[in-house]
Amino acid sequence: MKPIETNQEYSDYVNKKSPDSPILKNCLNAFWVGGLICTIGQFIMNFCQYKGMEQTQASTVVSIVLVACAAILTGLNIFNKIGKFAGAGSLIPITGFANSIVSPAIEYKSEGYVMGVGGKMFTVAGPVLVYGISTSVIIGMIAVLFGA
Amino acid sequence: MGFLQSIDWMQILRCFVVGGIICVIGQILIDKTKLTPARILVIYVTAGAILGGLGIYKYLIDFAGAGATVPLTGFGANLAKGAIEEVKTSGLLGAFVGGVKVSAGGIAAAVFFGYIASLLAKPKIKKQ
Amino acid sequence: MKKVGTQTVMFDHPPTIVDTASIVGPKESQGPLAKYFDQCLEDEFWGEKTWEKAESKIIKETVNMVMSKSVITGEAIDFCFAGDLLNQCISSSFGLRETNIPFFGVFGACSTFVEGMCLASCLIDGGAATNILCATSSHFCSAEKQFRFPLELGNQRPPTSQWTVTGAGAAMLASSGTGPYITCMTPGKIVDMGIKDSNNMGAAMAPAALQTLITHFKDTGRKPSYYDAIITGDLGHIGKEILIEMAETKGYNIKNNYNDCGVLIFDKESQDTHSGGSGCACVGTTFSGYFFRQLKERKLNKILLMATGALTNATSSQQGESIPGIAHAIAIEN
Repeated sequence: MKPIETNQEYSDYVNKKSPDSPILKNCLNAFWVGGLICTIGQFIMNFCQYKGMEQTQASTVVSIVLVACAAILTGLNIFNKIGKFAGAGSLIPITGFANSIVSPAIEYKSEGYVMGVGGKMFTVAGPVLVYGISTSVIIGMIAVLFGA
Repeated sequence: MGFLQSIDWMQILRCFVVGGIICVIGQILIDKTKLTPARILVIYVTAGAILGGLGIYKYLIDFAGAGATVPLTGFGANLAKGAIEEVKTSGLLGAFVGGVKVSAGGIAAAVFFGYIASLLAKPKIKKQ
Repeated sequence: MKKVGTQTVMFDHPPTIVDTASIVGPKESQGPLAKYFDQCLEDEFWGEKTWEKAESKIIKETVNMVMSKSVITGEAIDFCFAGDLLNQCISSSFGLRETNIPFFGVFGACSTFVEGMCLASCLIDGGAATNILCATSSHFCSAEKQFRFPLELGNQRPPTSQWTVTGAGAAMLASSGTGPYITCMTPGKIVDMGIKDSNNMGAAMAPAALQTLITHFKDTGRKPSYYDAIITGDLGHIGKEILIEMAETKGYNIKNNYNDCGVLIFDKESQDTHSGGSGCACVGTTFSGYFFRQLKERKLNKILLMATGALTNATSSQQGESIPGIAHAIAIEN
């Protein structure tokens, strides 16, 4: 090996030395867990529609039920194990959004219920709402301009 | 029994596969780009809102159902769809009201259950 | 004491390490070094309500333990050097607030333990103190909370990440005793090779360790083979390999007698700790528990203890800053 002089050389060398994540295994796990969570959502949706609910309502029920399940699993210290195994498989569905709200709420309980639970609840999920809602407002404005 | 018979199993399969693929894309982003979970979620919700705004995402929902609505892209698309629809009935005001209105259920549920969970649960170490 | 070379200090009256103490958390208790620690905890809270309180209690009890083991207590102790990773070093100052000993809070990230011992050795060698207490702590849960994500968040840890050691180590230094002695020190420079990945601390700190290591050899004229063991603090598996290879390119072969506390404290395969242990307590507990015993039993007679630190915080990494590293070395000999 040649002596390393510059930061760039070191960075290349470190990249070579650092093991990659087991991406194939991770993707496989993400695929089936993510697919399964969506499928559970689909069953809930079908059941609501079977009971005579219209689609938008049914879809809201799906969100609420999945969020509630994720909150319970987070509280029971199970969600982080699922997340460790499935990665994006549990992060990308709305369960991941719920987990990102519930986990800081629990963690920062020690800093009190107002600034701890209330304040830190959105440390991870806050940006999602900021960017999601802002984008929707911009799209709404564009829709106004073009008279959609 | 009537409920089970009413299920379109091909639709369930499409839901599973599409939902799975959307997650796999996220996994590749995590492993290849070192993006934090918060950034991945932001990318997904924004991408979903844009695809929803362009009217593309609804085809995916028609095809895969919950496979497209449950991932966070679906949340984004729903925000955009809500804004556009509300604009039709109440103009510019709708741009501000519509998005949150249709996704209020999910957001309120996450806040509420998050609060309840924090009351009941105690932080624990990861045993991994 | 006198300075030799560019950054090494040789002590004329080398302070002796009278005794050490270590308390570790449950995960470390399942690791390969478990039997060497003074006390192994069964849970991370240790009866406290918060992680921060638990960490303070760990360092407090470790300090009490080293005082009773060395039979040097209260007013016999002139000064205390302690530090940790939590903002403004609260674990140390809260843990030691009842000790009634003049207190120096020191921060060198995970190099704090050796930084404290360097400063303490100077005071003792200069005749300003007879007995000095050095301590450090870290806690996996409080560190994750402060630097990374809430524990309940379902994220994956990349293979380069390291596991913060839960525990505390303490050492009692004195002006006279039967050894082992701290014979010289090589305080490190801040070295930054532009690594930004906070999940790859070993790689960020390895260049600093290399700088200190080579300077130490040049300043003292010693060769790697002079030491029975060269030990770094928490470079982990990746950082260890980098240091070995980079030292080789500079003409120093440390393969045979070099190891890293982060590598030793956990079993990588069964404990899923990825690149190994980290945190102030990594070198603190491994030295206090394992290496000090080896020195006392004369299984090792000359070691170079080099604690490594990543001088970063949550804000700087969010702002995209690279991670400066540091490494402080002391030679401990019988």
